[in-house]
Formats: sequence, C-alpha cells, structure tokens
Amino acid sequence: MAPLPQFAADTALVLRMYRAMTLVRVFDAKAVNLQRTGQLGTYPSSLGHEAAHVGVGAAMRPEDVLAPVYREFGTQLWRGVTMTEILTYWGGDERGSDFAVPRQDFAWCVPIATQTLHAAGAAMAFKVLKQPRCALAYIGDGGTSEGAFYEALNLAGARDLPVVFVIINNGWAISVPVAAQTAAQTLAQKAVAAGIPGVQVDGNDVFAVREVVGEALEAARRGAGPSLIEALTYRLSDHTTADDASRYRSGQEVKDAWALEPLIRIRDFLINAGLWDGAKEQALLDECTLKVDAAVTEYLGKAKPSSDAMFEHLFAALPARLHEQRLIARKYASKPSGH
Amino acid sequence: MVEAIAMAHGWEMQHDANVVVIGQDVGANGGVFRATAGLQERFGKDRVQDTPLAEATIAGMSVGMATHGLKPVAEIQFMGFLYPALDQIVNHMSRMRNRTRGRLSCPVVIRTPHGGGIHAPEHHSESTETMLCHIPGIRVVCPSSPVRAYGLLLAAIRDPDPVMFLEPVRLYRAMRQEVNDDGQALPLDVCFILREGCDVTIVTWGAMTMETLRAVTELDKRGISAEVIDLATLSPIDIETILASVAKTGRLVIVHEAARNVGVGAEIAALVAEHGLYDLLAPVQRVAGFDTIMPLFKLEHDYIPSVQRIIDAVEHTFAG
Ligand SMILES: Cc1ncc(C[n+]2csc(CCOP(=O)(O)OP(=O)(O)O)c2C)c(N)n1
Ligand SMILES: [Mg+2]
Repeated sequence: MAPLPQFAADTALVLRMYRAMTLVRVFDAKAVNLQRTGQLGTYPSSLGHEAAHVGVGAAMRPEDVLAPVYREFGTQLWRGVTMTEILTYWGGDERGSDFAVPRQDFAWCVPIATQTLHAAGAAMAFKVLKQPRCALAYIGDGGTSEGAFYEALNLAGARDLPVVFVIINNGWAISVPVAAQTAAQTLAQKAVAAGIPGVQVDGNDVFAVREVVGEALEAARRGAGPSLIEALTYRLSDHTTADDASRYRSGQEVKDAWALEPLIRIRDFLINAGLWDGAKEQALLDECTLKVDAAVTEYLGKAKPSSDAMFEHLFAALPARLHEQRLIARKYASKPSGH
Repeated sequence: MVEAIAMAHGWEMQHDANVVVIGQDVGANGGVFRATAGLQERFGKDRVQDTPLAEATIAGMSVGMATHGLKPVAEIQFMGFLYPALDQIVNHMSRMRNRTRGRLSCPVVIRTPHGGGIHAPEHHSESTETMLCHIPGIRVVCPSSPVRAYGLLLAAIRDPDPVMFLEPVRLYRAMRQEVNDDGQALPLDVCFILREGCDVTIVTWGAMTMETLRAVTELDKRGISAEVIDLATLSPIDIETILASVAKTGRLVIVHEAARNVGVGAEIAALVAEHGLYDLLAPVQRVAGFDTIMPLFKLEHDYIPSVQRIIDAVEHTFAG
C-alpha cells in the first residue's frame, strides 16, 4: 500500500470530500425516485462512482474545464453545478445546461466519446492563448471503443496539450462487459500508442483518485503534456432508469461490488481518525436530505418553457425566415403543464 | 411494433443462414427496445453479436461482411448516434456496387429508432431521414405499423442492396396489431394507401400516420374526405401513386415530423409541381417539424406536428 498523500492530513478537505460523496449519493437516490414516479426523465445513476467523481472534482481547479459524459454528478456538484440544474436537464429542459457556475464547463455529452475531442480543443485554446489552465474529459470503458477517443489521445499527444482523459471503467457499457470491448488487458495502456502516460487508479479510493488526477493536471499545467487515467470502479445501478441490468449480469457480481463501494472506505478512515461517529453521520444525512429536497422543490416549481425556447438560442439572432415558424409554434403550443 | 420487428428477424435468420445481427446491446439484452429479444439464445453468439461501442465499426464491418457472403442486419441504438457511421455508408456501402461495376455489393440493413415523443434524453429523438435520402445507392424505409414493419423488414433483408430502416419509436409500444409470422414480405419502393378519399391527398410516413389518421377522422365530420398515403419507402419515392391520388383529389398536404427545410416533403412537392401541377386546385401544404433543434422532451410535443396543425393545413387548401 502506498502511503497516504499529503492532503490526507487536511481534515477539512477530507471531510468536504466525504460530505460531497454523501450528498451525491442522497441526491442520486432521490433522482431515481423522481423518475420512478414520473417526475423526471430517464436518469443515469452515479451510484458507486462517488469516489472517482468527487476525487476528480477535488483535483481540478475552478478555472480548468470539464468535459463530462452524463453521469459524473459528483464532479459537477463539486465545481458548482446545482442539483436543480441537473434535475432540470434530466427533466427535459435545456435550461439545466445553462450552468450559473462553472460558466466555461461543457454540458452533458450524450453522443459517446465526442467530448474527448472538445477537451483536446479547449486545451489547444489554452495553449495558444497561453493560459495556465487544463481541460479534463471523462469517458466510459465502452466509450474507449469509439474512433473519436483515439483521435483525441493522438491529437493530445502529438500537440502536447494540457488535457487529462479520465476513463471511468465501471465494468459495463449498458449490457456489454469490458472484455467484449477490447482485448487490451487494461484501458490505461491505450495511452501507449498515443505516446502519452497512462495509469490505473483505484476509482473507489477518493484519496488515490484525487492524488493521481491532481498530479496529471499539474503536469499538464506546467507544460509536461497530457495523460490518460483509468479509474477502476463499478456501476452498482442499472445503466439508466430505462435499463434492467438483471437481464445481463448476475446479482452475485453486484453484491460483491457493494462490499467495495467507495463510501465505506473513507467513512472508516474518518472514524479511525476520530473525526466521525454515528451522530455526525445522521446529522449529515439529514442535512443532505434537506438540501436535496430544496432542490427538488425548486425544480418542480419551474414552469414549462414556452415554445419560443426552441427558437431563442438557435442562433445569436433569429434569421427572418424563422420568425413565421416561431409564430406557428406559439399558435399550436400545448398547454403549459407541470410534471 | 417492436415484437413484429423481432419476429421478422427470427423468420429470416431461421430461413437464411447468412443473415447475422450486429449492434450494441443486441445480444443478451435483446436491444434497448427489445427489437432483437431472444435472438442470441436462438441463433448463438456468432450470428447475433454485440459489437464494441463504435458506429463506424458497425457500418464498416457490415461492408466487409456483406461483400463476403453475409447479410448483416445492424442496429444503431438511436438515430442521433448514426453519424459516425455515415462515412462508411456514404463512401462505401452506397457505392460498392457502382464502383466495382457490380462485382461487389452490400446487402446490408441498418435499423435505427426514428423520431421523438417518448420523453427520451437529448439526441434520442432525431428524425434526420433527409440526410439519408440524399445519398444515392441506398434505400430509406420507414414502417407505420407492426404489419408493415414485419413485411418491409423482410423485404429490406432480402434486398440485394443497402437499406436504412427507420423505426418510429412512438410506435414501438403504442401500436399493437396481429401479425402473421408467415415470411411474407411487403414490396419496397411503393407507397401504401391507408385510406381512400376524394377531396385531398395527405402523404405521410412513420409515426405521423397516427396524428394524420386522427385528423382525418375529424375532417370527415367536417365533410372533407381525405386520402391518406403512407410513403413507406422514403427513397426512392413512389411518385406515381401520389400523382394518381392528386389527379383525383386536386389537393396535397404533406405531413412529417422532421424539420421542414429540405425535408422529404420538399422533394414530394417538387415532383408534384413538375408532373402534376395542373391537377392542383390549391397550393401544396407542408406540415412539418420546425427548422429548430429537436427540443428536450418538455417541448417535444410543441415540435411534433399536432392533429390541429394537420386539420388547419387541410382546411387551408379549401380556403379562397
Ligand atoms: C455514439 C453513441 N453510441 C451509442 C450511444 C448509446 N449509449 C449510451 S450510454 C452507452 C454505453 C456507455 O458505456 P460506457 O462508455 O462504459 O459508460 P457508462 O454508461 O458505463 O458510464 C451507449 C451504448 C450513445 N449515447 N452514443
Ligand atoms: Mg461503463
């Protein structure tokens, strides 16, 4: 076992990470529940990914840029995206992608792997503009099969860009296990052909993730180039609320994975350090529930957007040709409804 | 409708050992909509294969498999994820026969869900058939019912050339119909008259047949008798059937979910202008999606043409 990183002595930081992991877990359960009761659209749970997501968030600087996929809520919340924004987007409303903070982060990226090139491009902008910033792109294990992913690695290596790619290897791409995606023994080794460093990290260990990602970002920031990190974790949930994982994976596998889930480990660390107990845990859960409930209330209280929303941001200024269509849309718009 | 699609796969795989199914999650999971449910158990992992998560892979390997003895039926999980495959479709699949003077060909079917209306996430509700119809050398087919999905999919698999098969997601579960699993294909390249009428011709396809038929019921009450044509094969267009109908009714309304700009409706209107202008008693009307991005689901029903919009467009052809 490697020694604990220096920041582990920073009690406030460690507690903050634990709180963030707990909040996203409570939020996640609520979001799934909202979907089940018809109050949210299809939702991709982040259950089991809390250490990887929060560790990455804690390693990034506010001025860095995140290119997420769709389920990295732990990172986004850390960076200032709100739970209301997340619910608004997954509730079928583009306003959720208009983050108050962080203004420069990319929005969710559903077309798999395309975001990796955006991150490389943002890193190119930082390089050309001589800004000491980094881009960080997420990708799933399944996503590493897409051509765009290899192109992004290649570009980043060829141009020495300040970008870090984090593969969340959670074992599954919907129903397809990693072994069916690739014959490579690790996903980190995909860095080799791009001529950049590739490392694996225990994605259920928030200390390790923060340390490894932090080092990669600092290297990129000082001009030492890009890197690829494979965080090993497990998708404890169905792929999304539209999925039924019992069709394709064994209950035993999921049960085994629960024993390694990331909250246990950091909680044990805190307890052993005398920083945590049952009362504190209960208080934290209560506090998280209050926060989540407040966000849900705010989300549910949002009026449906008007049909004009389809036209408002299509271009900087709506071309004259489209004015007539905007009027037609208004004329036939369905009645405003709640959820 | 989704069961009819699975059934057509099953029939053809049973009767043609060269038919193979490929795609993301088509195996154990049976496809995210269950359109390939049960096939892997029945036909094994060689003939029903989960591919790596890569659409260029799916289309490109289909070209290689089809030119060498197999008949791939490939699923692209949603139409919004088709685009990495387009290079292979445009530059190879559609051109293979032509550029080798018939020496090699691509009997491939690429199936993909089409359109919105089921509260799906971003990029899951696209109807971009126009992009495909513009490609010479491929057929584009869109069924409007379980019976037609079964018969047209069989025809698409048996066809010696590539077919894009667009499956309206709103019909997957909404529409139930008795389907005979008798291996009977329906013809490609022809429209189907869903309902005869004498005052106006309405041409539509896919899920919009539902709104159109509802509008027609209302129009009946107002004394307007509409003939409804299901285009079915979007490219090449069976213009003869449409022209014959317009010659009878004198009026034409085209209804589609896809954006209006350069939509398939524009091609139909142009063909009727070229070949049937003097039969028209009123200007052609198009009822289509707006020239905007398909909105997230809170507004998807403000985007998809409503029954009322269709009724008003038909009535407009009687005004003045
Ligand atoms: C280009 C593209 N193809 C297919 C899909 C459909 N799809 C959504 S998520 C997913 C699996 C992704 O697996 P992975 O990359 O491992 O990420 P995870 O869901 O495990 O976080 C697929 C196939 C998509 N969104 N984009
Ligand atoms: Mg995965």
